[in-house]
Amino acid sequence: MNTRTLTRTGAASVAAASLLALSACGGSGGGSGDGAGAWILTGGGWPNVESDIQRWNDQAEDGRQIAVESFENDAFKERIRTVVGSGEAPTLIMNWTGGTLAEYVAEERVVDITDEVGDLESRVHESVWNNGVVDGSTYGVPMNGVQPAVMYLNQDVFDEAGVEVPQTWAEVKEVIPQLRDAGYTPFSLAGGSVWPALMWLQYLTDRHGGAEVFQAVVDGEEGAWSDESILWALEEIQWLADEGGFDETFTGVDASQNEDARLLAEGEAAMLLQGSWVYSTIHADFPEFAQSDAFGFTEFPALESGEGDPSNITGNPANFWSVSADASEEEQEVAVDYITEHLYNDEYVQDTLDDGNLPPLNDIDEEIESAENADFLTFADELVSEADNFQLSWDQAVAPEVSQPLMENLEKILVGEITPEEFAEAMNGQQG
Amino acid sequence: MTQTVTSPKSDARRRQGPSFLMALPAVLFFGLFALVPLAGVVVLSFMSWDGLGTPSFNGLDTWFRILQEDQTRNALWLTFLFVVISYVFQAPVALLLGVFMAGQQKYRAFLSVLYFLPLLFSSVAVGITFQTLFSPNYGLSPALGWDWLPAQWLGDPNIALLVVIFVVGWCFVPFHSLLYQAGVRQIPATIYEAATIDGAGRMRQFFSLTLPQLRYTIITSSTLMLVGSLTYFDLVFVLTQGGPAGATRILPLDMYITGFREYDMGGASAIAVILVAVGVTLSLLLNKISGSSRMESDKAGA
Repeated sequence: MNTRTLTRTGAASVAAASLLALSACGGSGGGSGDGAGAWILTGGGWPNVESDIQRWNDQAEDGRQIAVESFENDAFKERIRTVVGSGEAPTLIMNWTGGTLAEYVAEERVVDITDEVGDLESRVHESVWNNGVVDGSTYGVPMNGVQPAVMYLNQDVFDEAGVEVPQTWAEVKEVIPQLRDAGYTPFSLAGGSVWPALMWLQYLTDRHGGAEVFQAVVDGEEGAWSDESILWALEEIQWLADEGGFDETFTGVDASQNEDARLLAEGEAAMLLQGSWVYSTIHADFPEFAQSDAFGFTEFPALESGEGDPSNITGNPANFWSVSADASEEEQEVAVDYITEHLYNDEYVQDTLDDGNLPPLNDIDEEIESAENADFLTFADELVSEADNFQLSWDQAVAPEVSQPLMENLEKILVGEITPEEFAEAMNGQQG
Repeated sequence: MTQTVTSPKSDARRRQGPSFLMALPAVLFFGLFALVPLAGVVVLSFMSWDGLGTPSFNGLDTWFRILQEDQTRNALWLTFLFVVISYVFQAPVALLLGVFMAGQQKYRAFLSVLYFLPLLFSSVAVGITFQTLFSPNYGLSPALGWDWLPAQWLGDPNIALLVVIFVVGWCFVPFHSLLYQAGVRQIPATIYEAATIDGAGRMRQFFSLTLPQLRYTIITSSTLMLVGSLTYFDLVFVLTQGGPAGATRILPLDMYITGFREYDMGGASAIAVILVAVGVTLSLLLNKISGSSRMESDKAGA
């Protein structure tokens, strides 16, 4: 064999081997194949979910195990749609309900589990449970803790500046210059990540005009984004940005690196509006601050003249499990059994509470009182059970294709590139 | 390889080089993994698909919509800026560093190792590290406290693109310096000796000898730089995700965000087709200008 043929044969076999290797990759993911699967996220309380499924697997018969894969938040959101769309979805599809779940239902990618959920429905707070119901049928069940957005405080900053924690929007406007003069940032905001600013927009809109304002957007009413409450909320956000309500460099602060929480923990900022999951982040990353008396939390301030009920909260009611319609019958059965027999078992509930996360259950008062983070959990429990309305985060509530434009236009509001009217016009254009 | 040397006249009409058969595996591979998906993307660009439902044909609608969008025009303009400024920044730095590294001195060999390091890091690690360095509260600016440093790097729409271009350049200059270093080392020393005897100084030698001798390296490096920055994605995505307020949303990011964040697969495919068209045109143009199809060794007789 001379050199030329040798090279050719070599190249050909290398190519053939690569082809085989590549095509082998295609078969591995997704719901087809043996056993049920579930995709979850990383960080926060998610390791608890993973170990809970692990406990299910330990006691389950062969073939009834659930394989878990963890993804970072953004990576998950980008992948899950592709696998659901191609019929390769994991058996248990995690979602935030809202527009995404509505689309899954419309495309018949998830199954109706109304008659299969057993007594779980009676254990869960109604305001949370309803998020998994589409057109009267249950397509998703909550699977972790409630995540309302709350106002975190650094009491030391208030003491040193000699001001009181504001309870109303008028008081907020009073304390901003006072905190500024004392050399502190009133509110820490991770504007670089944009989504934390959405919490401001949600709360301000709700306080000003009530829950109906955003409901009109979800219902697709024409010009719903031009509501005076939304415009007012956007103006207030721009006012806060201009008048030093936020850090001067807030558009460069990133939430994925927990910079916003650090500003609060290190006493640079007085307050932080963030999701309830930040409570465990602060405990993990800034234990000294978390254990000190300086660390506090309260509700979003009330608006004196506003029409919204001050008990209203916004955030994520919870993450939900839906069952893939593309999974085999056996896999669906395993998934439903997991939901009815195993979900929110005592050990999982205890682990979740230990993390400072509150399961949306109405039969765990005792566990809450005896939990390590009882003060925060009681606070969250009261928020949720007393709330007149629990508004799902807007980016999840709107149709999936509107979510990205919403974030982009909000970012333009933050950097002052557009006016509230231009925001409304751009978003109204997305409704069609 | 040796075919043309052993029997140069036996088959004069045949093209030089080894037979096409040898390229067959590569061609098949390319066809299967580049051309077939590309054809799919072209078809998809005439459809409307949200990634979840069933794709449906809608003729030229997607194209009209994408071409009329300010977003796309803005992305095209940003891509143009990104490519041009990247080139203007990277090419001279890489050339000078390469020439410097080609020297035989010990300290230069040591420095070369340091310059080479960015090439070994993964883009995501580089991106996250720079993100921390540019953090307005815990990064360079507050640490150094110099007034003239901007407080905002990646958060300021006016300079974000330049900052991104700098970081991308930081990553890719080492590679191009390496090309130039190899190029310079191939220039025969005798030419320089002759020039020294003729009384040419350092500057004169650089402009009259080094640069002309490096012309093919310059072409190779320029092509890689221009086409590479046209389609560059990962570092920009890690650093800014196209923000703030779309200030760094170059075409590849625009494609990704349109497809996987706005779930408009048809629109994303149309942008992808534009990207392919611009890329192919650019490489053809570069080929034409540089005459690299006529490229042969310039060492003959040296």
